Amino acid sequence: MDVTLASILAASTPLIFVVIGETITEKAGVINLSLDGTVLLSAMVGFAGAYESGSVIVGFAAAALVSALAALLVAYSSIALRLNQVAVGFVLFQLTGELSAFLGDPYVRIPGPTVTYRPIPLLEDIPFIGKIFFQHDLIVYGSIVLIFLTYWFMFRTRRGLKLQAIGERPEAAHSRGMPVNRLRYLYAAVGGGLVGIGGAAYSLGAKIGWSEGHTTGLGWIALAIVIFGGWHPYRAAFGVYLFGALQFSAIKLQDVFPDLTQVLGTLPFPIMIFTLVLVYSDRVRSLTDRYPALRGILGSDPPSAIGTRFDVD
Amino acid sequence: MNFADLWKRSRIGIIAVALALVVGILLLLVAGANPFEALGVIIDGSLGSSIRIGDTLMVWAPLVLAAAGLLITFAAGLWNIGVEGQITFGAIAASLVAREVSGPTWLIVTLALLAGLFGGAFWALLAGLLRTYGKVNEIFGGLGLHFVATALAVYLVLGPWKRAGVASTSGTEPFPRESWLPTVGSTRLSWLAIVVAVASVFGVFYLLRGTRFGLRLKAVGKNMRSAFLLGIPTGPYMLAAFALGGGLAGLAGAIQATGFHHKLVPSISGGYGFLGILVAMLAGYAARWIAPIAFVFAMLAVGSTLLPLKLGLDSSVGGVLQGVLVLFTVLAQGWQSRRRNRADEAALGPPEPPVIPGEVG
Repeated sequence: MDVTLASILAASTPLIFVVIGETITEKAGVINLSLDGTVLLSAMVGFAGAYESGSVIVGFAAAALVSALAALLVAYSSIALRLNQVAVGFVLFQLTGELSAFLGDPYVRIPGPTVTYRPIPLLEDIPFIGKIFFQHDLIVYGSIVLIFLTYWFMFRTRRGLKLQAIGERPEAAHSRGMPVNRLRYLYAAVGGGLVGIGGAAYSLGAKIGWSEGHTTGLGWIALAIVIFGGWHPYRAAFGVYLFGALQFSAIKLQDVFPDLTQVLGTLPFPIMIFTLVLVYSDRVRSLTDRYPALRGILGSDPPSAIGTRFDVD
Repeated sequence: MNFADLWKRSRIGIIAVALALVVGILLLLVAGANPFEALGVIIDGSLGSSIRIGDTLMVWAPLVLAAAGLLITFAAGLWNIGVEGQITFGAIAASLVAREVSGPTWLIVTLALLAGLFGGAFWALLAGLLRTYGKVNEIFGGLGLHFVATALAVYLVLGPWKRAGVASTSGTEPFPRESWLPTVGSTRLSWLAIVVAVASVFGVFYLLRGTRFGLRLKAVGKNMRSAFLLGIPTGPYMLAAFALGGGLAGLAGAIQATGFHHKLVPSISGGYGFLGILVAMLAGYAARWIAPIAFVFAMLAVGSTLLPLKLGLDSSVGGVLQGVLVLFTVLAQGWQSRRRNRADEAALGPPEPPVIPGEVG
């Protein structure tokens, strides 16, 4: 059991970064639909960067930079060029995915550096808990810290309040003197950077190496989990671990139904998306209207100004 | 029309293509390839012989069908990203007919194409029902259904429809020859696929330009609230758009199955659904540009498959060029309208101060 939970935790780590990153970006009102491509490209860039430099840190930095640029491009097209965020995001999804295949060609299936295993002394000896939480690499610990840090930032600091304001009521935020569009650029870049770290966490940690289509589908799942998570870091993390558990059970079930090996591998994707459909359904909505206490657990209302642009004049 | 006018009208397209070419050339240089050689390989690989032209047209046909269908959903203001799943489900439905029905070719082929049409329409309607009755954003409902359709195809290929003896992801047993789309000469080109694709473009053009339905559909897409207040039943109109668009996507899947692969494979959609979205965007959502743009995209897709062999490049070069082209076109449109807005503002002077309600009169 403890081994199972530990491996789910480790396997879910990259998706935590991706989902928290996109949650921050969307909280600011910018939706970056390109995730499925940018995660691929950052996984490839992360691996290539670490391979060429011999340093995992360079890999992560390069991946974060590339992914932040993609998110900034979505924000720029919306803010400066008044283009549709979904349209630009979709084009970037296609382009970055193809770029990962093109630029990543020399790096396919070669051994490269990986993040090092670093159990935490003393804590790792706690029975059960130690094995689950404290026998991993640094990026896994980082993902757990990120969840709590993001919650604290969003809901317990002034800057976090401003982040919510520019995504919920940009006009009000503007009249209170906040530089709405400048903050949107900032949080698009921050969120995009985290997405990039997530991508590199695949190729350097959770799913080591690079090959074409290394993370295909996971970006779409991340976008779905952001909604499932109701733009809240804790619920988003819960969604990620739920998806990890689904994937783990799918792999375990392959031993029981060997004929269905390939099919089982694909099932967590539709299951996750249809869980989202349930969260969105009218029935859940009427339930949360009747019992407001449930809203925190079941309700999922997007930031009001998501996907829209804000013009100062 | 003088040259200045011509330049003004086509400036955006020319700038976008030029930028895309520059980026494409730079990328090829980075990869250590001669860009002109690569271009030569792509052109030769897609148009160099009658067989290659046939292959290119057999990519063109499903791409055109998918893009034409997407114009209908775009007209209704819908992002039908589930189009991939609709192609896959159409292909599955057509495969069922091709495997199970025996008879003369004309009968099986007709039934298979119809099965694709209805299969795709059915799969799109599911996304449409989720959207209209479940308030589920069509992007995510469609994606979920896309994953389901893919899982179903994988299951059929490896399970009930597996090749005699060995289950392999390379596909099912080939269909009986009677169910293959009739071809021209020794090429893989099927005249029927071309006819269906051309008809779809004319059909969509007429639907959106010349009918009451098309006009009202565009009203729904432009402003759903106003359309509803004007008495247009917006829900049924959106469902109709899903059914029509999905039907054309399903036809594309039927052609993929019975005209190209002659069997069901896990990746039967060929990515033509997502590519169709790019074609529709590049065409400015106008039916008259679908056919030529899809042809260039098909050339890039087919010609690039020779690059690994001839120049040691990855075949994704075609996809990169397609993506770069669409990205710069979209950005260039944004730059142009920003310039125009700035020019307007300069001409009109500062905007009028807003009238505060209650202070007037």
